[in-house]
Amino acid sequence: MSYPSWSIEEATRVLSPLKDVQGPVLIALQSIQERFGYVHDEAVALVAETFNVSRADVHGVLTYYHDLRTTPAPARCIQICVAEACQSVGSRDLVAAVEKKLGKLIDETYADIEIKSAYCFGNCALGPSAMVDGELVGRANVEKVTA
Amino acid sequence: MSVVVYIPNDSAAVSIGADQVAALVAQEAVKRSLDVTVVRNGTRGALWLETLVEVVTPQGRIAYGPVQPGDVSSLFDADFLHGGAHPLALGETEAISWFAGQDRVTYKRVGIIDPLSLNDYESHGGLTGLRKAIAQSGADIVAEVTASGLRGRGGAGFPAGIKWKTVLDAEADQKYVCCNADEGDSGTFADRILIEADPFTLIEGMTIAAVAVGATQGFVYLRSEYPTAIKRLRDAIDIATSAGVLGSSVLGSSHAFNLEVRVGAGSYVCGEETAMLESLEGKRGVIRSKPPLPAIAGLFGKPTIINNVLTLASVPAILADGAAAYAARGTGRSLGTQVFQLAGNIARGGIIETAFGVTLETLVKTFGGGTLSGKPLRAIQIGGPLGAYFNTSHLGVSMDYESLAAAGGMLGHGGVVLFDDAVDLAQQAKFAMEFCALESCGKCTPCRLGSTRGAETIEKIISGVDVPANKLLLLDLCEVMTDGSLCAMGGLTPLPVKSAMNNFPEDFTGGAKK
Repeated sequence: MSYPSWSIEEATRVLSPLKDVQGPVLIALQSIQERFGYVHDEAVALVAETFNVSRADVHGVLTYYHDLRTTPAPARCIQICVAEACQSVGSRDLVAAVEKKLGKLIDETYADIEIKSAYCFGNCALGPSAMVDGELVGRANVEKVTA
Repeated sequence: MSVVVYIPNDSAAVSIGADQVAALVAQEAVKRSLDVTVVRNGTRGALWLETLVEVVTPQGRIAYGPVQPGDVSSLFDADFLHGGAHPLALGETEAISWFAGQDRVTYKRVGIIDPLSLNDYESHGGLTGLRKAIAQSGADIVAEVTASGLRGRGGAGFPAGIKWKTVLDAEADQKYVCCNADEGDSGTFADRILIEADPFTLIEGMTIAAVAVGATQGFVYLRSEYPTAIKRLRDAIDIATSAGVLGSSVLGSSHAFNLEVRVGAGSYVCGEETAMLESLEGKRGVIRSKPPLPAIAGLFGKPTIINNVLTLASVPAILADGAAAYAARGTGRSLGTQVFQLAGNIARGGIIETAFGVTLETLVKTFGGGTLSGKPLRAIQIGGPLGAYFNTSHLGVSMDYESLAAAGGMLGHGGVVLFDDAVDLAQQAKFAMEFCALESCGKCTPCRLGSTRGAETIEKIISGVDVPANKLLLLDLCEVMTDGSLCAMGGLTPLPVKSAMNNFPEDFTGGAKK
């Protein structure tokens, strides 16, 4: 998925419909990430100013949630569920096989691809499960995940 | 006349090819000049039969499954549109023993209707409960829910009627109904399937709750890992609002109720009700101490009903058919039905809704068919990441709140995860601690730090370092976490750890099993 590059003007437009939302900080950061693919440093001050909260509060929310990211996402994203139900059908072996095939490690940072641990997609009867570029994959194997 | 073919659009079914099957059925029908209408229903919950294709015939709905994209052309060759014989033919859907052995109440319409057709919903009994509710006083609705014996299906099992009464009796200018759809437990997916397959049931349940206590605004806190459910529920809310089910006058009554979906951001602990409130308020998902109870001072400090998806989705049937019909099911103080989820290394996984009191063995063997791998069943985790690991000597346990607690576990959200003999319970115990370390909100020290120390200690046991002393240390740490944590995250992480040690002592002897 391609995103526009960061701009304060566009971010201000993204935030403007949220003026009347009660408790807006998380939604504001999610909306910015949805638009730009990540939350730029300058968004912290912008959100703080727009909703009259401290920058510390915004920073606190930004760094609390696993979903929110402060750097652009690589072009490809593979998330592999490593929670119990998927462990029982070999998700640990799947992770090892994907790491071997791609020559990359899970939960490390690379410019072109992201391989991340995930904790449950609610597909626990058809595991192992993975999310590959936003598409849920059931009965995942190394071929399906790296296709 | 057009033949109607049902093909699920549930995300689990789609994850193994349901969209391709649906597209191929439509294409093949055009190619063969056959008049076919493909309806995308939710899954019926037999995930082991997905993609389950159903054809409407004069004899009822005839099922074929599991259908792979490559099977579509042979289904047409076999004249499946008229129920023709085929190796994947399963006969009448309702007669398949896996379904016939269930008692679907909350899940009555799941997989049967088009999820976004309000007409389908009403013609299958939808809105009956809400219509009855708006003709009653709030106190009468609450009394009905109390009499049904309905308890919280999120895991805590608190009586829903008592919670509702507290909110009803609270004086406030604003009250809220919040649905906890932050279904983060591994091995659970009943909230997701219900929302994807029958979202109006949840909307109706929340509206009944709102009418009962005088709330005018509702929120569904839905996890970001469920994108299909988010879109489906938002679409359903729009449809319900346009139709006047929601909005300033619920079904033409004097009650107003608006509903909004708020999306989570990948934090497991936000499934804890007070952390969820913080997150709904846009803050870090750090838990609150109780009291005050959310029923008195909840969202934005106002009286708030917080219930799980399955709790709220059970309410329409209770109002429609009466509390007595619901309470007639179940056992002891666990009344009604439970939507169990069979998951992990299981041959026939999916949704089993049945009255409380079914044995674990019936779920695992009769419905589940044992392990997927065909290797011996060794461990069963019930109730998600914070639930206990049982061994096969526990198969006779009755699946209800009290019996599971007596057996040293908990029902949780009803997830049942099977493991074959490849499992190493010391590794599972270590994972429980690691998951707690990753997801702890940080408020309570025993949870925030104890989880990391716990994982390190289990690693020492696995490596054979001073095993007896480290086992004692681990038990001591578990006690501190249980007693010294405000919420279930730190308080219950010891449950999988200690149950693994008790029920599988052979895995904690220091001889690292490879």
